[in-house]
Amino acid sequence: MKKETQYQRRNWLKQAQGFGLLALAFCVNPLSAFAKKADADEAIQKITGGADVKEGKVTLTIPPLVENGNLVVLKVSVDSPMTANDYVKTIHIIAEGNPLPNIFTVYLTPRSGTANITTRVRLADSQTVWAIAQMSNGSFWKASAETLVTLSACTELV
Amino acid sequence: MSKTSRTSITMPTTAKKGSIIEIRAIAQHDMESGFRYTESGKLIPRDIIRTFTCTYNNVEVFKADFYSGIGANPLIIFTTVAVESGTLEFTWLGDGGYEAVNQTHITVS
Repeated sequence: MKKETQYQRRNWLKQAQGFGLLALAFCVNPLSAFAKKADADEAIQKITGGADVKEGKVTLTIPPLVENGNLVVLKVSVDSPMTANDYVKTIHIIAEGNPLPNIFTVYLTPRSGTANITTRVRLADSQTVWAIAQMSNGSFWKASAETLVTLSACTELV
Repeated sequence: MSKTSRTSITMPTTAKKGSIIEIRAIAQHDMESGFRYTESGKLIPRDIIRTFTCTYNNVEVFKADFYSGIGANPLIIFTTVAVESGTLEFTWLGDGGYEAVNQTHITVS
């Protein structure tokens, strides 16, 4: 009889431990990251309206290792002749790990001459950043860049 | 109540007709993201520049939408084709009635 209860207690302990691990896994890890990824996908979906996005034409340059996420130089260029009937209409930058995935959108015209944009952005976390370009014929092209951020933006207190 | 701040444009003042010129536009602005908290746990409201436009002799040649992900003192570098002599006007619009305008003249030969 005594043995029985002991066995049950041990069993219960094992179960509790299992739950504990599970709870820990939920808190610490990827769930929040997945949610952000979904946000980014949704943002991309909103831009393209479900259209096919092909890899290529776009070049996105960010430093692979960033010390401070508050000011990261981001360079995006799209390979296009920029003539009246073949030019880049818009470029969107989407960051998977930011609280708001959209970073910026630029609207270009044939009078832009080239599709080269440089700006400074905030990155909340080590993550993949996407650049999506829409051409004048309606097609979408994308490129991505991965970066490692040591000191994150947005989280510090004032 | 309109807010404004210092802005600066760097671009060539003369150019050959048809050449591509690079324009660097920077505005002094905190770009408060709206995701930060004070030490007492209060959310700091968002205060950012929302749009930037560039017109060339009153024709819009470039426009950008900014979100919270743009760093403080937003700098944007872009290009345009020098088609004729005239004025380029740059406008920044933001939260809380923020507005800043800057003009540059260009001589195209």
